[in-house]
Amino acid sequence: MSTQPIKFYQTDTFTVGNRLLAPHERSVQADPRRANALNCGHRACQGCGEALGARYAIDAAMRASGGRLIAANATGCLEVFSTPYPETSWQIPWIHSLFGNVAAVATGIAAALKVKGQGDVRVVAQGGDGGTTDIGFGCLSGMFERNDDVLYICYDNEAYMNTGVQRSSATPPAARTATTAVHGPEPGNVFGQGKNLPWIAMAHGIPYVATATVADLRDLEAKVQRAMAFRGARYVHILVPCPLGWGTAPDETIRIARLAKETGLFPVYEAEYGEITRTLKLRKPLPVEDYLRPQKRFAHLFMPEPRREVITRIQRLANRNIRRFGLYEERPWDAGALDALRSGSDA
Amino acid sequence: MLRQMEGSRAVAEAVALCRPEAICAYPISPQTHIVEALGELVKAGSLSPCEFINVESEFAAMSVAIGASAAGARAYTATASQGLLYMVEAVYNAAGLGLPIVMTVANRAIGAPINIWNDHSDAMSQRDCGWIMLFAETNQEALDLHIQAFRLGEELSLPVMVCMDGFILTHAYERLDMPTQAQVDAFLPAYEPRQVLDPSEPVSIGAMVGPEAFAEVRYLAHAKQLQALERIPALAAEFKRAFGRDSGGLVHPYRIADAGTVVVALGSVLGTIKDTVDELRADGHRIGVLGITSFRPFPLAEVRGYLERAQRVVVIEKSLAVGIGGIVSTNVRVALSGVHLHGYTVIAGLGGRAITRKSLAKLMLDAERDALDPVTFLDLDWDAVNRALQRERETRRSGPLAEALLRDIGMVGGRIA
Repeated sequence: MSTQPIKFYQTDTFTVGNRLLAPHERSVQADPRRANALNCGHRACQGCGEALGARYAIDAAMRASGGRLIAANATGCLEVFSTPYPETSWQIPWIHSLFGNVAAVATGIAAALKVKGQGDVRVVAQGGDGGTTDIGFGCLSGMFERNDDVLYICYDNEAYMNTGVQRSSATPPAARTATTAVHGPEPGNVFGQGKNLPWIAMAHGIPYVATATVADLRDLEAKVQRAMAFRGARYVHILVPCPLGWGTAPDETIRIARLAKETGLFPVYEAEYGEITRTLKLRKPLPVEDYLRPQKRFAHLFMPEPRREVITRIQRLANRNIRRFGLYEERPWDAGALDALRSGSDA
Repeated sequence: MLRQMEGSRAVAEAVALCRPEAICAYPISPQTHIVEALGELVKAGSLSPCEFINVESEFAAMSVAIGASAAGARAYTATASQGLLYMVEAVYNAAGLGLPIVMTVANRAIGAPINIWNDHSDAMSQRDCGWIMLFAETNQEALDLHIQAFRLGEELSLPVMVCMDGFILTHAYERLDMPTQAQVDAFLPAYEPRQVLDPSEPVSIGAMVGPEAFAEVRYLAHAKQLQALERIPALAAEFKRAFGRDSGGLVHPYRIADAGTVVVALGSVLGTIKDTVDELRADGHRIGVLGITSFRPFPLAEVRGYLERAQRVVVIEKSLAVGIGGIVSTNVRVALSGVHLHGYTVIAGLGGRAITRKSLAKLMLDAERDALDPVTFLDLDWDAVNRALQRERETRRSGPLAEALLRDIGMVGGRIA
């Protein structure tokens, strides 16, 4: 009798039809008994990447902990849209204290669980990019440095969306926000600033760091599951497009996230104890213009006429990521793809 | 058991007898000896089970305590001065969430100018944060108040701040009666939280509350403070039966029954004030003292009851409400609404300036003659102040104020005592 091995339709991803997998290999969201930790009824915008990312991440953490999970939440969109009573959408024990202290609150929860001998209950802290890279950075670095037993999840939509789209230290260069106006010789956010938080997390030498996007939800689930296999401080950084803040259509969220990854602008990788262990390769590097053009926050790069020099600077950032993280291995059938992107930029 | 020990060490050992389960430590003078001693007790295994967490800031200290308390652990931290200010957002949050954290504040001035010595500016800045605030007069009371604080806070689900004067108490060695573990265990039951993060019974804590309910939630915080007005004296009475000592309560009156002049104060300066009153009473002056132990909740009825028959009230306070004068005196005046008497605010002991019996005696005699300004600054060097003001009038770029004043007064060693 002949057998056919499982066929992965998208190389280097976990994308595969659930029907081809054994039940224990299927996605958490495919499981009718999934936790639904972030239930329906919340007030996120249509197409919210953060709501999608949070549902997948927390359900995956719930499965990994056997339902024994406590979540702490920083102030921000996720906190605001998920808690108005009586429609609170959290089906798990959940606490919100402040904007800048979620990592420390999670440390306290972990300490209480340890002292009470409840080592089976796990702790997740979650915040947006502002609550993580800016106002919560001190507490986060302290939690990393002490290697407290907390999984921290950052939902990165690259600006302060809850307050009306202001720049954070995760806002990319050239992006228009309410505090990086489209004026002057460098319209939008300036180049050469910002924090690379996954990289900073790795510098703490913590057990596990991963990046992910909502374009590859199976990969996101797998990373959360992997993170939960470790004890100590862990960090998962998820790119979550924001239709409101980025100026994209609600049905474009996943496509935009995929373009962020496939252009190399958002490298997707995992690291253990400060060393990169795995990188999601690009199928074929795409020009950053494909990613920038659909987003109104970058509209000034294309109107009234294209600002080639700015687009080229952004392409260089993508090229540097591709080189630094080894995101692309040229294959015979698309030879020259990378060279094409390099032409017009000197990297 | 009677022992000769430092105030900080005594507080640390008393806290340890309360079996805290999470202690957050960040160093700041003059509190540091307390968390050092607790860290040693945890590391040595004599305080167990307990997690001792070396955090990266006071903001984190209070935030870790919030998480630990919300997950059902008995949580403790200690701070002072700038550290208290740095954690303010979390201090309010702990009260708003109703988490019974106990915190020692080793009272110290607030900069600028930076100053590590004692006054009450730090605690007074947090008087409306929603915490219960108890002020210790002695180191014995400081250690006793911590034992009462855990019981009180956990009964009401409110955080409690125990204030003790930095250096004057924290670093003073004296004879103290340290209770036994059995005594404390009998007084303080295990913590039974009203709310807890528990996967078998999930709740959301810290959700957004809009105009439809915010005022009611805030009123309930006030109502809890009013309940504390009843629980504080009741617990002090129970404490006395169990430990044989008067410690805590709302107020401490002293020789007040026939007093025409009553001096009101908080903290360790009450000792000096009582000594001064004893001397003046020997000369026939009818002066009494009212010590306030519970500043929040503020015991309006008790304060009124002890003061309303006096002719004048002198509030001596170690904090300055810049632009008006007193903080404690403003609270005292609320208690005396409609009562006609002379009220004086005396700002004293700022930044560690010694409050001497000599100065206090002169102050009290001046008060008896109603010869005090409504807001009086005890032992202020008016010459130095006037010279500084003169320099500012004469020169636009007069330079940094504090540094010019220091240069002007020269060597200061002899002036502190």
